[in-house]
Amino acid sequence: MAGTPLLQVQGVETFYGNIRALDRVDVEVRQGEIVALIGANGAGKSTLMMTIFGNPRARAGSIVFDGSDITQLPTHEIARLRIAQSPEGRRIFPRMTVLENLQMGASLDNLKYFAEDSEKVFTLFPRLKERISQRGGTLSGGEQQMLSIGRALMARPRLLLLDEPSLGLAPLIVKQIFDAIRELNRTQGLTVFLVEQNAFGALKLANRGYVMVNGRVTMSGSGAQLLADPEVRAAYLEGGRH
Amino acid sequence: MEYFVQQLINGLTLGSIYGLIAIGYTMVYGIIGMINFAHGDVFMVGAFIALIVFLLLISLFYTVPVAVALLIMMVVAMLLTSLYNWTIEKLAYRPLRGSFRLAPLITAIGMSIALSNFVQVTQGPRNKPIPPMVSRVYEIGGISISLKQIIIVVVTVSLLAIFWYLVNKTSLGRAQRACEQDRKMAALLGVDVDKTISITFIMGASLAAVAGTLFLMYYGVVVFSDGFVPGVKAFTAAVLGGIGSIPGAVLGGLLIGFIESMWSAYFSIDYKDVAAFSILAIVLIFLPSGILGRPEVEKV
Repeated sequence: MAGTPLLQVQGVETFYGNIRALDRVDVEVRQGEIVALIGANGAGKSTLMMTIFGNPRARAGSIVFDGSDITQLPTHEIARLRIAQSPEGRRIFPRMTVLENLQMGASLDNLKYFAEDSEKVFTLFPRLKERISQRGGTLSGGEQQMLSIGRALMARPRLLLLDEPSLGLAPLIVKQIFDAIRELNRTQGLTVFLVEQNAFGALKLANRGYVMVNGRVTMSGSGAQLLADPEVRAAYLEGGRH
Repeated sequence: MEYFVQQLINGLTLGSIYGLIAIGYTMVYGIIGMINFAHGDVFMVGAFIALIVFLLLISLFYTVPVAVALLIMMVVAMLLTSLYNWTIEKLAYRPLRGSFRLAPLITAIGMSIALSNFVQVTQGPRNKPIPPMVSRVYEIGGISISLKQIIIVVVTVSLLAIFWYLVNKTSLGRAQRACEQDRKMAALLGVDVDKTISITFIMGASLAAVAGTLFLMYYGVVVFSDGFVPGVKAFTAAVLGGIGSIPGAVLGGLLIGFIESMWSAYFSIDYKDVAAFSILAIVLIFLPSGILGRPEVEKV
């Protein structure tokens, strides 16, 4: 159902040792939405992405996915609920081929839909098809990014978490990736929660956005609202990369 | 020439056994980055289980076809030895995962001592001989090949083929390799990392149990301390081949086997271990990550 909450993060606190990385974070992602989380380097965006997966585990608060509490579930069981992530640093398996990396993404269904789904990924990122038997570690940054997103899509996710899909990529490829996300959202109703430093692109893409500063969500609103907000403009847009 | 070929065959036999044990070291290292120093003793336990099964078989049935006996010994040894290794991992290593690097290493040494003392107490400290199971020897052009040697090589090769298939062509193997390359990411994709690590210990123990059974058949005797020297040699083989690399473990095992038998044949049998370890030292000076190993740093 469109509009019903799919992911609810409520009052979540995460620590690295004694350092509090997330401070009472509330975020909600509804079915069929694209939600962007923007903020500076080190604000805790990636920590939130990983906390949703229970690694590191939230020390306070709750994370609810589709009505059930997943705060204490082991990471692999959270993945099995069809939450997929293209994580920070891409984390491609360096000594596996592109094909095997995609197979890893499809392991939840034991490769049942592999032929069909991999074709979709190759339509999205034709470059991957050319590189199919090349090892992940030898791909360029952009190709690794595509592979990381493709691998996440192979899991047939209900919720896709993307951590900095534009990081280190040429503007043309960034556009291609953002177009692909928009397309998946529009045609298949894929729910997407993405973290970006490229605030302009992310807010343009997203239905709604959150701003994170030092582990706290300080602002939220529709993508357009945040884009127009003077504070957001000053901190993340003007002088930042567009 | 015949003498040389003869030694080559002896080396191949010995190397097969080392190779089978070495895979257990290298896989565990690959997946959790620790040297399971108890692995040699797991091999010895496998040999003892094979011994007990053999004695049970002949006391129950008096005569058993050799092939059947060997098969039963191997299967039972594989199952029970796996259970041992699985338990060791669960009780002794898993709680220490994420602890400082030396902790599991020290625990592994402790488990090694515990296993060999356990066998010493329960089975006695003396050599345990069995009557020769297989004694046929073939003479081909001045070279003698015993049936035992043929069995060892054939069993090893077929086991390695199965094993290669498991690791490279199945989803289980893919999950194992994923955990080896990036455990955190594997979990994000739904791989149960703890279970995969358990399976790795089970696979290593199964191969070691087969090696133990073959060792027992070849030498006809086993003693509680037999985990140590073959264990260290197999570890050497794994390092020589490149720790973490499965083909490297097999290659290293064969090399150690060849070095040992050639040195014994042409120089002095007393110094065969010195030779094997010296070559290890020399290789590691020039190839610090072993023959097929990869350097620690890689392109990200």
